[in-house]
Amino acid sequence: MRRLINRRPGRGGAFGLGLLPFILVISAYLYYSHQRLEANPGDKLLPAPASIGAAIHRYALEEDERTGDYLLWTDTRASLERLGMGLAISAAIGLGLGLAIGVVPYLRASAAPFVAAVSLVPPLAVLPILFIAVGLGELAKVTLIVVGVAPVIVRDLAMRTAELPTEQIIKAQTLGASTWQLVLRVVLPQSWPRLIDALRLSLGSAWLFLIAAEAIASTEGLGFRIFLVRRYLAMDVILPYVAWITLLALAMDRLLRLVRAKAFAWAEPGV
Amino acid sequence: MIRSIRRMARAATTGAALLALLLAGAPPALAAEKTSFNMAWTIYVGWMPWGYAEQSGILAKWAARYGIKIKLTQVNDYVESINQYTAGTFDACLMTNMDMLTIPSAGGVDSTALIVGDFSNGNDGIVLKGKGKTLKDIRGQKVNLVELSVSHYMLARALGTVGLRERDLKIVNTSDADIVAAFAASASTAAVAWKPQLSAILKNPDAQLVYDSSKIPGEILDLMVVNTATLKANPKLGKALVGAWYEIMALMAKNDAAAKAATASMAKASGTDPAGYAGQLATTHLFATPAEDYAFVNGDALVNTMDLVRKFSFEHGILGQGAASVDAVGIQFPSGRTLGDPRNVKMRFDGSFAKMAMDGAL
Repeated sequence: MRRLINRRPGRGGAFGLGLLPFILVISAYLYYSHQRLEANPGDKLLPAPASIGAAIHRYALEEDERTGDYLLWTDTRASLERLGMGLAISAAIGLGLGLAIGVVPYLRASAAPFVAAVSLVPPLAVLPILFIAVGLGELAKVTLIVVGVAPVIVRDLAMRTAELPTEQIIKAQTLGASTWQLVLRVVLPQSWPRLIDALRLSLGSAWLFLIAAEAIASTEGLGFRIFLVRRYLAMDVILPYVAWITLLALAMDRLLRLVRAKAFAWAEPGV
Repeated sequence: MIRSIRRMARAATTGAALLALLLAGAPPALAAEKTSFNMAWTIYVGWMPWGYAEQSGILAKWAARYGIKIKLTQVNDYVESINQYTAGTFDACLMTNMDMLTIPSAGGVDSTALIVGDFSNGNDGIVLKGKGKTLKDIRGQKVNLVELSVSHYMLARALGTVGLRERDLKIVNTSDADIVAAFAASASTAAVAWKPQLSAILKNPDAQLVYDSSKIPGEILDLMVVNTATLKANPKLGKALVGAWYEIMALMAKNDAAAKAATASMAKASGTDPAGYAGQLATTHLFATPAEDYAFVNGDALVNTMDLVRKFSFEHGILGQGAASVDAVGIQFPSGRTLGDPRNVKMRFDGSFAKMAMDGAL
């Protein structure tokens, strides 16, 4: 039927339509940048593509004079290490505690309300406690990510576990499964793809906490650099860094999706 | 598929062109005579009088005398207030001399320091853990400070006095909001901070103040900065701001009941008590009269200070994108002297409004 909801773009059309908003945003940027630079050639707010290119060259392809590092890569490595560690620990906690809460009613009764409450505490508001407890080093940054991300994953996995059909649980028991076997053979296999989903959804907040942590006290990292150069409004550095962070986050999201599709093909929708 | 991409690309280009055409109607912001102005301020001991100026109606009174309106906006984040000023949101803003040089002036926004409000005379300090430590002990330590700020500048100055260089220690960029908690952490051993954070850090029983800004008086300046083009087109703005400022300075200097009430109100607004605020004021050298301010901006010491500041800024790469030399940004003084490129003067100190206040011509 010729209704709007039934009309679909072709492959190429969809690609072009997807590109359109990007082109519009970039054109608007170029226009405003030109406008501002015409009024003030030293304007730092919306630098010209050439100065952004120069900044990228300076940060990615030239050694820093003071430290001898290639700043963009040092920053990227530091940030990805923190993020990876934070997410891995959060995933481990999420899986362990989430399954336990989902499966064992006694644990659910005692731990679920607490986890729910903790997951609602804004981690950035309790920073001083965090500093005194774990110091200011790498541990503090990873901890901040874990405190921010793990409770959400725990809750998500606990809820998903509780949603498993009762029939499966009863059937496994009639076949003689112990609690431990039930967890290993029925619940755990079904939790992996859900854990990946939960991680994908947490990526945004994990980056947020990473950048917040790096802004507070650090010597390298993507968030550190952005907050450092913000002190003199170096948008020519900040904009490429923001684009780079977006790209990294997108790549991580795609990677997790790919892992889920390859390793847990049975859980893909529409199979 | 290729064809449809091409079609889409063409549509997108047309769309962008249309958008550009639409936007072209908006004229660029030009300085013109106007009657209402926006000014940003942040909480800091030497800037609390501005908050009081608004609250007490003194600012509104002076604005009304010149037939203008001045809207004061308190911004929570100091650097953001300067960024917003640089972007053009505010006509006037409060900042230090170094931040003025490296943010608006290096960003091509011609700015005038209308009032030199005060200089830090012990408000900024370097603290080490361990009673009896001296500045030399900082060697090899990790130092928490706001990188590229006046703290960093003062540290560089301090290191020079004991023959150390920045590479002899490790700087950890730490936000000013978290520096007190950061110093309390057992792993940290050194910090550079300003008040009120410095006062809180010094309450730590293990903290030893090893250097403070009273050793470099007149170098860390707190300025009232106005966009030069706006000020030229609207001298009324300058007159109203300067008039209101020195009225409050005179009020505070009197030491009577009215002065006490004013400082008590400033103390409250900055989140401390009158005793705490008095402690901060004691290490802040306020220019109490326009005559002092006028003498200061016409003196040689200011030129030497700005020369140190611009050299520090250039060496740390914060004097603007690809600044070719330390002379990239011109700095002009009322005495007629300039530092740097005289054809690219973006930072100006002004004495003419202080002179008017001195002569009672406001």
